[in-house]
Amino acid sequence: MKFEFDIADGDFAKAGTSSSQVKHILKQLNVDTKIIKKTTVAIYEAEVNVVAHAVGGGKLLADINLERIVVEVADLGPGIADIPQAMVEGFSTASPEVISMGFGAGMGLPNMRKNADKLEIISGVDEGTRVVITNYI
Amino acid sequence: MKVKDVVEKLNLTVFGGEAGLDREIKGGYVSDLLSDVMGSTDEGTLWVTLQSHRNVVGIAALKDLAGVIIVKGFVPNTETLEDSDREGVPLLGTSMETFEVAGLLYRMLADDAELPG
Repeated sequence: MKFEFDIADGDFAKAGTSSSQVKHILKQLNVDTKIIKKTTVAIYEAEVNVVAHAVGGGKLLADINLERIVVEVADLGPGIADIPQAMVEGFSTASPEVISMGFGAGMGLPNMRKNADKLEIISGVDEGTRVVITNYI
Repeated sequence: MKVKDVVEKLNLTVFGGEAGLDREIKGGYVSDLLSDVMGSTDEGTLWVTLQSHRNVVGIAALKDLAGVIIVKGFVPNTETLEDSDREGVPLLGTSMETFEVAGLLYRMLADDAELPG
């Protein structure tokens, strides 16, 4: 089963909407609660990153079968210059405005890593970012 | 202990999400960093924070938290209240500071819920 959602850039009011819809779908499919919880955390962080950093928004694609959940979050934003550095807890390039809301503490990517069985990040400066989160059921 | 018991004992304002006042509280968490709350809380947690924008309700709903206590008299805006009503996430308020409300809450929950330490 495949689902697609749009993520608007800069619109924090709607941040989490796609994650909420995916969570709802996983619940309806009777996926194990623990797996729903970790998947929700991982994709929420990916969604917030698109809202906070991408220009032109992005897309969330969820592909679910009996064995695994694959969620791809892709945007055409500025990209990540140094992925290992971005993975370090506490590293952030968020704006002061985003930080004042309690986001941008440099915990997003580490949260994704902790809550994904497999995490792939494909990105380059001015090339956008594609994050693929896989959780096995 | 239920959310409504805490509301009564700490004399909290109920901004929204009254439908969730019967939820059982399983623990508490104090943080103003949203990713920290996202990564560290579990279902049934009562979250104490000074953040009062819409994403607070979004996170509380995604994590199935018992509710949110907004400290120091901060008041959420209309959209945030509407979100809390729609999601049934109790959005509570107090003029107390975080340290004080967390201390009182800890004492109240100590015999009642699974707490760290």
